[in-house]
Amino acid sequence: MPKLITQVGCPYCGASCDDLEVLVSDDGKKILETRNACVIGSEIFHHATNPNRLKKPRLRQPDGSFKEIEYEEAIDYTAKALLNAKKPLIYGFGSTNCEGISAVGRVAEKAGAVLDNCASICHGPSFLAIFDNGYPSCTLGEVKNRADVIVFWGCNPMHAHPRHTSRYSIFPRGFFTSRGQMHRTVICVDPRETDTAKLADMHLMVKQGHDYDLFNAFRTVLRGHKIPEEVAGIERAKILEVAEKMRNGRFVMIFFGMGCTHTDGRNHNVDIAISLTRDLNDHTKASIMAMRGHYNIAGPGQVWSWQFGFPYCVDLSKGTHAHMNPGETSSIDLAMRDEIDCFVNVGTDAGAHFPIDAVKHLKKHPFITVDPNICMASEISDLHIPVRIVGVEEPGVVYRMDNVPIQFKKVIDGPESVPSDEELFDRIYVRICELTQTEPIWVHGKAPVPASTSRVK
Amino acid sequence: MAELLIKNGFVVDPSQKMNGDVADIAIRDGTIVEKVGSDAKVIDAKGKVVMPGGVDIHAHVAGPKVNAGRLMRPEDKLFKSPNAQEHYRVEMGFSIPSTFKTGYDYARMGYAFVMEAAMPPLHSPHVHEEIHDTPIIDEAALPVFANNWFVMEYLKKEEIENTAAYVAWLLSATKGYGIKLVNPGGTAAWAWGLNCLSIDDPVPFYDITPAEIIAGLIKTNEYLGLPHSIHIHQNSLGVPGNYKVTLDSLKIAEGVKANNKFDREQVMHSTHIQFHSYGGDSWANFESKAKEVMDYVNTHRNITVDLGCVTLDETTTMTADGPFEHHLNSLNHLKWANTDVELETAAGVVPYVYDKDIKVCGIQWAIGLELGLYAKDPSRTFITTDHPNAGPFTRYPRVIKWLMSQKAREATLDSLKYCSKVIDATDLHGIDTERTLYEIAQMTRTGPAKALGLSHVYGGLGPGLDANVAVYDLDLNNMPTDPEEIEKAFSRALWFVKSGQVVVKDGEITHHGNKRTVWVHAKVRENHQVTRDIQDKFLKNYTLGIGNYPVWDHLAPNPYVIEVDGEA
Ligand code: SF4
Ligand SMILES: [Zn+2]
Repeated sequence: MPKLITQVGCPYCGASCDDLEVLVSDDGKKILETRNACVIGSEIFHHATNPNRLKKPRLRQPDGSFKEIEYEEAIDYTAKALLNAKKPLIYGFGSTNCEGISAVGRVAEKAGAVLDNCASICHGPSFLAIFDNGYPSCTLGEVKNRADVIVFWGCNPMHAHPRHTSRYSIFPRGFFTSRGQMHRTVICVDPRETDTAKLADMHLMVKQGHDYDLFNAFRTVLRGHKIPEEVAGIERAKILEVAEKMRNGRFVMIFFGMGCTHTDGRNHNVDIAISLTRDLNDHTKASIMAMRGHYNIAGPGQVWSWQFGFPYCVDLSKGTHAHMNPGETSSIDLAMRDEIDCFVNVGTDAGAHFPIDAVKHLKKHPFITVDPNICMASEISDLHIPVRIVGVEEPGVVYRMDNVPIQFKKVIDGPESVPSDEELFDRIYVRICELTQTEPIWVHGKAPVPASTSRVK
Repeated sequence: MAELLIKNGFVVDPSQKMNGDVADIAIRDGTIVEKVGSDAKVIDAKGKVVMPGGVDIHAHVAGPKVNAGRLMRPEDKLFKSPNAQEHYRVEMGFSIPSTFKTGYDYARMGYAFVMEAAMPPLHSPHVHEEIHDTPIIDEAALPVFANNWFVMEYLKKEEIENTAAYVAWLLSATKGYGIKLVNPGGTAAWAWGLNCLSIDDPVPFYDITPAEIIAGLIKTNEYLGLPHSIHIHQNSLGVPGNYKVTLDSLKIAEGVKANNKFDREQVMHSTHIQFHSYGGDSWANFESKAKEVMDYVNTHRNITVDLGCVTLDETTTMTADGPFEHHLNSLNHLKWANTDVELETAAGVVPYVYDKDIKVCGIQWAIGLELGLYAKDPSRTFITTDHPNAGPFTRYPRVIKWLMSQKAREATLDSLKYCSKVIDATDLHGIDTERTLYEIAQMTRTGPAKALGLSHVYGGLGPGLDANVAVYDLDLNNMPTDPEEIEKAFSRALWFVKSGQVVVKDGEITHHGNKRTVWVHAKVRENHQVTRDIQDKFLKNYTLGIGNYPVWDHLAPNPYVIEVDGEA
């Protein structure tokens, strides 16, 4: 009898839906059907049982081809590559669990590596703004139950987070929002007429690159000052109207995305968005939230903050302490300056996301990808190590875009002998200890991995 | 069978009324025993003070708001983090240290247990992930209840049994320890940007008052017979003149008797009382009401308090009192983080500098110490800094120094810019009480352990207790005349044995110990209505499935579960 597993988490986008239902074959090995997931979420489950799934690491050969190798050998290769490098960079973590992120933290500390995550190329500017201005936010349930004015600024959930609007922000009927969409005024600020903009009650087609001006105009109006006839391509009357909507809302929610962080102004756009939120709290209740991209991209920010004090760009190469200085210790900058002499890409695709010059520099040295799937990074790697898919074959804690921790279950058994990220990096750690003849450092509740399991001649 | 003998120290253990008696402490397999064999490893403590491991009843050390503070304050790390000890994890941060540094620093001070003071239930997996990554020290966490929809709905109808069933369910689901109240009703009001500043201010929409929430949760706690009493951060924290609200809330406990099997006597623990002992009606005429508050506490045996002493540092404030953090931010205009948590609570984080050059900060500093000195019963008055709110926990040795030495207090008083104004607004200058080591042990060991219902595990050196033993470089017969030596001795234990394992020697970490997570499992009769209500709210209002809510066992791999029979 096939088994229906309910309340399954979706390991795809930052909405981190945990209401999926997955029908699994009798032997617990095949996924027959997924329910409730959006198209992109559904895809990831079906991908898992793709017969072409890799089950062994692949090592680049002198002739340029890949050869399948044993995990022991891949672990040894990675341990040695990390140890031989002066400044290794371990980057990624959009798609793994916190258990894996934590295991990598221990490896990076031991190897004196730089640890960075995808925020470095997406919501990094948001972190800079948070360092300066804080982050008055809430959980998504507050939005669902209370928010009556929703602002989407530089983000397009209809494409990037397909169920965000139905689960949290526009359509759901919450406790104080019993009429769902009818209860809410939706405002979209975007230079393009996106699907989210089409859905909104009001669309402010801000002039590309002038988000800061428009935020500033709202703050000015709310503080009772005059603004020009037109700001950032928006007429004064319209700005006044929207400002009035916000002031009169009972709970104003501002969601922002790459349209703020990756246009002129960058962190300053987020900074002033936070200031606008602070100002609004003098009139009513207001909150702000970054639309984080992946289902656990908030995870490394959390884990490393409690382990090292910093959410990204964590340089552990000093050996005695962690150091963060975006611009200096951020992945792209390090790579562009050719400072990195070993690169480990974990649960993301730096091959597709990094500028080509950065990739060219990284390619001069050992380039390793740890990911269940084939991606651009894996195809240019010296070594590709497949791992189990979190949320499908491996359980774990993930942090939703609102920093709510969600315990994702697994629904099927992974391919035999393929380890999780956590197991893989624990074994790399043990191998590094062997090679350096040092004692492994404690991890609470974890049985020490017997040295023999990773012994390589 | 690991045996250990700590020989010839001056044993200060109020649980056995030992006040510096020279005695040996024998340890076998992590427990204190009558005696051990001749093969036992010996620690020579001759001429040194031996105390039970410290017990911290209230600190914010793990979870979302602590981590929000770490994340948004890189400046708390730069030039403020020591170099890592060789073979140990890096240690980052001052007021909001990393989890590793938190565990190491508590151990260095000879502390065995810390209570995380406010766990948002929805974020409990996060709290446990951090506890998991905090080495050595045993930890528990108090879920917050006083602004929770279920609790307000049941208590509005005076349904104690239903409240109790919900509390029991939530304690198990979150692996929580007891009932925490933070700004009862006020934080719920904050979800609409409002607050409840007195205990009779009705909570918007819920039609219940803070006083009713407090009274109801006391009843619920004693109905269940939990090891700890309710643990309350009262309304109107940090506001001039709030001591009246404080007294009003303390009075709610009048006549209520503790019902439990854990040797706990109080029915209300009122936390960081310093923040609640303010007179005046503005910051201009702000003054101490420590005496008024402590007079009341002194005469009411069913109340315990902790101090929440201001340490005059740059720190990071954080509390589930969301409206307070917003208010504080309007005073200092630094960065502000806030998280409202669906159906349950909220939290805010604001950096804060307790500046010696600011009059109000000096008065706050004095109030914390006055309370500690006015207390007639040190075993009901515990040393805390509401870490990191009034100062980091690493300043406990400094607070101990101030409480033990008038000379040290006067020196600090002298260093304040508005010294004479502080003297006018407080009584501190005139108080010559100096706490003894015995009293300090009551305030940091025996007392808090008993108030938590954990005196069978922590806070003493009697046979059968967990072997947590700190040896300090203090000679009882020849106590230092320089108070700085007291602070130094308590900052770095000579030895610290945690659950029978030597984890600190000469102030340095030597072992990662065997940390435990402590929580309460309260058994209650099946309650179909409450079960239905829980399911209903998860379906309609939460954004998380009920099946994904309870904390997985493997997040707390070394559990110490306290079973309570709530049906009895
Ligand atoms: S919205 Fe995102 S998390 Fe939800 S099902 Fe779609 S991809 Fe998955
Ligand atoms: Zn507190």
